[in-house]
Amino acid sequence: MNIIVCVSQVPDTTTKIAVGADGKTIEKNGVKFILNPYDEYAIEEGLQLREKFGGTVTALTVGNDSSKDILRTALAMGADKAVLISDSGNSDTFGIAHSIAEYAKTVVPDLIILGRQSIDYDSFAMASMVGELLSLPSISMVSSWTINGSSITAERDIEGGKEVIEASLPCVISAQKGLNNPRYPKLPDIMKAKSKPIDAVTGASVPARVTTVSMELPQTQRRGIILNDSEHDITELVRLLHEDAKVI
Amino acid sequence: MKIIVLLEPSGNSIKRSSLESITAARALGATSIHGFMYGGDANSAQIAGEYGLSDIAHTPATEYSSTAAATSLAQFAKSESASAIIVAANAAGKEIAPRVAVKLEAGYIPDCVGLALVNGLIQGTRPVYAGKARIAVSATTAMSVYALRPNVFTARKAENATSVNVRTFTPQLSESDTRVKVTNVIRNEGKLDVLEADIIVSGGRGLKGPENFHLVENLADKLSAAVGASRAVVDAGWRPHGEQVGQTGKTVSPNMYVACGISGAVQHLAGMSSSKVIVAINKDKEAPIFKVADYGIVGDVFDVLPVLSQKIGAVTGK
Ligand SMILES: Cc1cc2nc3c(=O)[nH]c(=O)nc-3n(C[C@H](O)[C@H](O)[C@H](O)COP(=O)(O)OP(=O)(O)OC[C@H]3O[C@@H](n4cnc5c(N)ncnc54)[C@H](O)[C@@H]3O)c2cc1C
Ligand SMILES: Cc1cc2nc3c(=O)[nH]c(=O)nc-3n(C[C@H](O)[C@H](O)[C@H](O)COP(=O)(O)OP(=O)(O)OC[C@H]3O[C@@H](n4cnc5c(N)ncnc54)[C@H](O)[C@@H]3O)c2cc1C
Repeated sequence: MNIIVCVSQVPDTTTKIAVGADGKTIEKNGVKFILNPYDEYAIEEGLQLREKFGGTVTALTVGNDSSKDILRTALAMGADKAVLISDSGNSDTFGIAHSIAEYAKTVVPDLIILGRQSIDYDSFAMASMVGELLSLPSISMVSSWTINGSSITAERDIEGGKEVIEASLPCVISAQKGLNNPRYPKLPDIMKAKSKPIDAVTGASVPARVTTVSMELPQTQRRGIILNDSEHDITELVRLLHEDAKVI
Repeated sequence: MKIIVLLEPSGNSIKRSSLESITAARALGATSIHGFMYGGDANSAQIAGEYGLSDIAHTPATEYSSTAAATSLAQFAKSESASAIIVAANAAGKEIAPRVAVKLEAGYIPDCVGLALVNGLIQGTRPVYAGKARIAVSATTAMSVYALRPNVFTARKAENATSVNVRTFTPQLSESDTRVKVTNVIRNEGKLDVLEADIIVSGGRGLKGPENFHLVENLADKLSAAVGASRAVVDAGWRPHGEQVGQTGKTVSPNMYVACGISGAVQHLAGMSSSKVIVAINKDKEAPIFKVADYGIVGDVFDVLPVLSQKIGAVTGK
């Protein structure tokens, strides 16, 4: 099975976010970047399928030189190959989907696995966009699935339950937490990954379809009424919820 | 400006998030709004008339396919020469909208918590970086697609209700449109899902063990609320995965969110900070959850929850 796993580089979840000088993106100085946590599930799924069905796992990212780190993490986990598609740095989600799809057309994979969301722009969109660009079926936020020949049966979370979905290979899926338990790369593999080649591909730039007008840090407009645990205060809380906030 | 709104069937009506989308389209000053519904029973959408929607196109379908729904919606929008499409940022909307946008060469703005018309352009406001920042985004394309975070926009009835005319829209589907389909839906029986609840009572590690969650469930009962959980207690196996709120769990915006024994880590806040009213109960007055709380009680959940449940029960009559 020929598998592409798409990975993105994101600020560490505990990073403090500040608005950059352009007023539209974050200040990148001093930010530690990591492999998008959901993409660990995507890589792990690719590796497990290779162990079961044979084939190759190619880790792919659209980014710049600094994105090589996350490709090395994917190689250390066990990916066979890493591809860096260079990008202007101004691409929107569609631009990145376009680059992924153009590359996929050259290798014709059986399966493309993504994370359910990239925790920078949190768009939840890439799997559907890549699927659409390649005229392939896609299933996003897969929490469990089985592959039988070329048939796929998958489950995804919906409001109030789960959906059972049938599709067929070739297909695009995005991974939800719980799909598997991502392995930790072992030290010797981390060392070996450092000298493995990374294929450089030049991305085909397309005009962005959305543009950021401004970025700001959210101002909290919360009431901030903090009370004690006395019976009097609990009574007061219930009154406030009933009479002021009118939520009960 | 002509806007198409995706209407999703739900039981014998349509989802509240669909009514929120109609209201948002009206607020933008659309010259005309058309509803589009894929599958389900079109008569269930009559309620849309109370929200000012008079024209609904319906594509009948015996089984649900996200790709076929996307193709149908895109073809309908094109046939109407619409300039914008609004869907709910829920499980279905998040799969359909990106495809529709690609088909129509339209800009896609997901997870909007605000929509405004600025110099003739629709601007969507959306949280990014787990809610640590917000961006205002507009499309550079003629057509644009917006997904609205459920329960953030208020559904408001129109001053004058209109009668609803339902017409059938027959899309041109190809074999590749139906290669993915839903074959079964498994409902969580008897339990309200955090994604569908008006009120959520969540518990965290401060509850000390799974055996103490009856305190949380009891308060939830008095409020007809769903029970939610932090990742710490889900990972510990105290609570099921489906209850997890946060970055790796569900993103919710209920009318009231009550966090009990939850510290308020940024990844938890990512999933609930757009709640309308936030109540926190925590014994540590420095806990970060208080920074986003409308109302807080500094105290022990084991002391506070039973008293609070009893007093709230007296108000709600449960
Ligand atoms: C309005 C807007 C403005 C932007 N502005 C900038 C900017 O100024 N500078 C800038 O650097 N970026 C910018 N971006 C790009 C943004 O960083 C990418 O869109 C991001 O990598 C993907 O995040 P997402 O939330 O859109 O993807 P999602 O749909 O949430 O991602 C899902 C999955 O797609 C895959 N994936 C995501 N990104 C990549 C990637 N780069 N390579 C390979 N696979 C990937 C991963 O598997 C991920 O789990 C902008 C995006 C938007 C929407
Ligand atoms: C990539 C990533 C994704 C994540 N995604 C999520 C997510 O989706 N959802 C999520 O919730 N977390 C998520 N986390 C984890 C998050 O960082 C926190 O670890 C988690 O939210 C903590 O859960 P908690 O508040 O229950 O526990 P703790 O942080 O341990 O807090 C317990 C709180 O209870 C209080 N307390 C203790 N005893 C009592 C008592 N008797 N009465 C009252 N208060 C008491 C304490 O003061 C403390 O504030 C994620 C982390 C990472 C790295």
